[in-house]
Amino acid sequence: MAEAEPLLELADLVTSYRLRPGIGRPGGVVRAVAGVSLTVRAGETVGLVGESGCGKSTIARTIVGLVRPSGGRVLFDGRDLGALPAKELRRLRRDIQLVFQDPYASLNPRMTVAALIKEAWRIHPGLVPRERWDDEVRALLERVGLRAEHAGRYPHQFSGGQRQRISIARALAVRPRLIVCDEAVSALDVSVRAQILNLLQELQRDLGVSYLFISHDLGVVRHLCDRVAVMYLGKIVETGSKEDIYRSPAHPYTQALLSAAPSLDDWRADEHGERDEIVLTGDVPSPLDPPTGCRFRTRCWRAQDLCRDEEPALVERDTGHPVACHFPGALPPPTTTATGSGRLMKE
Amino acid sequence: MSNERAGERVNGSATPLLEVEDLAVEFDTPAGPLRAVRGVSFEVGECETLAIVGESGSGKSVTAQALMGLVPQAARIAGGRVTIEGRDVAGLSAREWRDLRGERISMIFQDPLSALNPSLTVGYQIAEMFRRHRGTGRAEARRRAAELMALVGIPDAERRLDDHPHRFSGGMRQRVMIAMALALDPRLLIADEPTTALDVTVQAQILRLLRQRQRAERLGMILISHDLGVVARAADRVAVMYAGRIVETGTVAEVYERPAHPYTLGLMRAVPDPRDIGAPLEAIEGRPPDLAARPAGCAFHPRCPFARDVCRTDDPASRELRELGEHGEHGELGAHGPRRASACHFAEEVIAHGRG
Repeated sequence: MAEAEPLLELADLVTSYRLRPGIGRPGGVVRAVAGVSLTVRAGETVGLVGESGCGKSTIARTIVGLVRPSGGRVLFDGRDLGALPAKELRRLRRDIQLVFQDPYASLNPRMTVAALIKEAWRIHPGLVPRERWDDEVRALLERVGLRAEHAGRYPHQFSGGQRQRISIARALAVRPRLIVCDEAVSALDVSVRAQILNLLQELQRDLGVSYLFISHDLGVVRHLCDRVAVMYLGKIVETGSKEDIYRSPAHPYTQALLSAAPSLDDWRADEHGERDEIVLTGDVPSPLDPPTGCRFRTRCWRAQDLCRDEEPALVERDTGHPVACHFPGALPPPTTTATGSGRLMKE
Repeated sequence: MSNERAGERVNGSATPLLEVEDLAVEFDTPAGPLRAVRGVSFEVGECETLAIVGESGSGKSVTAQALMGLVPQAARIAGGRVTIEGRDVAGLSAREWRDLRGERISMIFQDPLSALNPSLTVGYQIAEMFRRHRGTGRAEARRRAAELMALVGIPDAERRLDDHPHRFSGGMRQRVMIAMALALDPRLLIADEPTTALDVTVQAQILRLLRQRQRAERLGMILISHDLGVVARAADRVAVMYAGRIVETGTVAEVYERPAHPYTLGLMRAVPDPRDIGAPLEAIEGRPPDLAARPAGCAFHPRCPFARDVCRTDDPASRELRELGEHGEHGELGAHGPRRASACHFAEEVIAHGRG
């Protein structure tokens, strides 16, 4: 299983939306995903982190076929999903399942848990013989930490954590090889979130399923993932092993994200009043009109003329892992310098 | 009493900005009254941030609403005392509350968009604070609105006065809310999940802004949050709520380093920490109780690894702990009230057990 062929491969993926003009905003074409390459191997968990609007959810929706890519390819098991005949595509779709942030919105409130799970077998006939359905529902519910007698209940009769277990059971029903988790634990309370994270790890250990784990929560991603990709405005800016990203981040945006992420230990640094904090100024630019060159340059304290003129490629730059920055560097960044409109503050 | 201004008080020797004693809030339901908050006591001094931490349904937001005189329609304050700058707020008229809010005590919310009027410009809404409460003239109020917007870090403030709320990003809207909340120089700010809807880099900006304004104006602050990381970063003291009660309180250092209630300990262990190596998290079993079916004895006992017979029958009172933190922080901030308390029969055992 280790170092196997890539299970999922995104090759220069582009997904665009046409945006109608609305109150206070112009229309146009948004390249929500603007050329992303990424692989997930069998049995592996890859984290995709970034802030709202960076395109991470669009990637999820593209992979499972909810939106069509406008450029590049999505390969699963080496096969181009865009070039497959409909029947084979349907068969392959089964292998990729999606778990959303809000199970309440993705579970039909008028269907019982058993019906929700069986629905998957109706869509993909031949997977589980009908006479085995009830047994299989029971086994799946127990597998995800629910009880067999929950099968006859409706989604509203469950707590948020339990509903997420139902979503996971439903995803597992078709025996997928990849589960795309889009902010799957973000809406849960801390104590319940830990239960679901543990369940995901357990399922991977027992079933060998791979995860593409999309999240804004850097702590959770560090906990769960083997490799991590950081996105900003539709592009991956840095990618590497968990250690690469968390111990030696080289892209200024990754450094800013890590510095901004609150952790349980933050009170410690505060006590001595010497916590270094990179606080980015300003907001993420509109994806309708991204900056020329490097997309991060308008908020970057290292930006120079080159960053405006030339887009940095995502390649290794003596960093040991790929970084899309002309001036990658180690932490800590220089003290209070100002370049462009981006600023670095320390306190 | 309210003319006793900031800075004149010797550290902690005078009345705290806010005292809450044995607060209880009840909701009327078809099945009878439901106690959402019970026996809640705490104090906040100037320049100090008290964080109230808890999961959904713990009663933390209802507590904040009670302090602002804004409990939901179906709810009422069923007991206890709330004192703001020495003044008991029980029996205040609607008019007196209006004067108190904004002037002495102010609040910001998770979602600024629902608190701002979408059809009025941001400049108008901030200026309105001065015009209504202070009778300031139109031009002067507008000038002060621009000043405030610049102060909370809104670039190009002058020009943006005439923009409507939807023209601002989430972070900028929260800055507008902060500007409005601080317009009348209140002494106390309640921030209810102020950064929960924001991206992490914007969250850092807002926490930083709050800290700056707090220091500059010697504000007392209550931070309501479910995020233990945000609390570690922003608070001086912490009160942990579970099923409507405060189960543990202390300085951030005390509570984070040596949790004295099994629920706090469980929360800490359920969060992936910076030294995480991917080992399974120690999740708290089960989930918070339905308030209508509060367990007998300690409300946490069905989920508690420390629970014994006594926990199933006797609801433990909150008691002061005499232990000293490793860094000797006990008492440093300690001015008012019990500083280090736990509502657990076996608090000492929990402390000894440690975060591990």
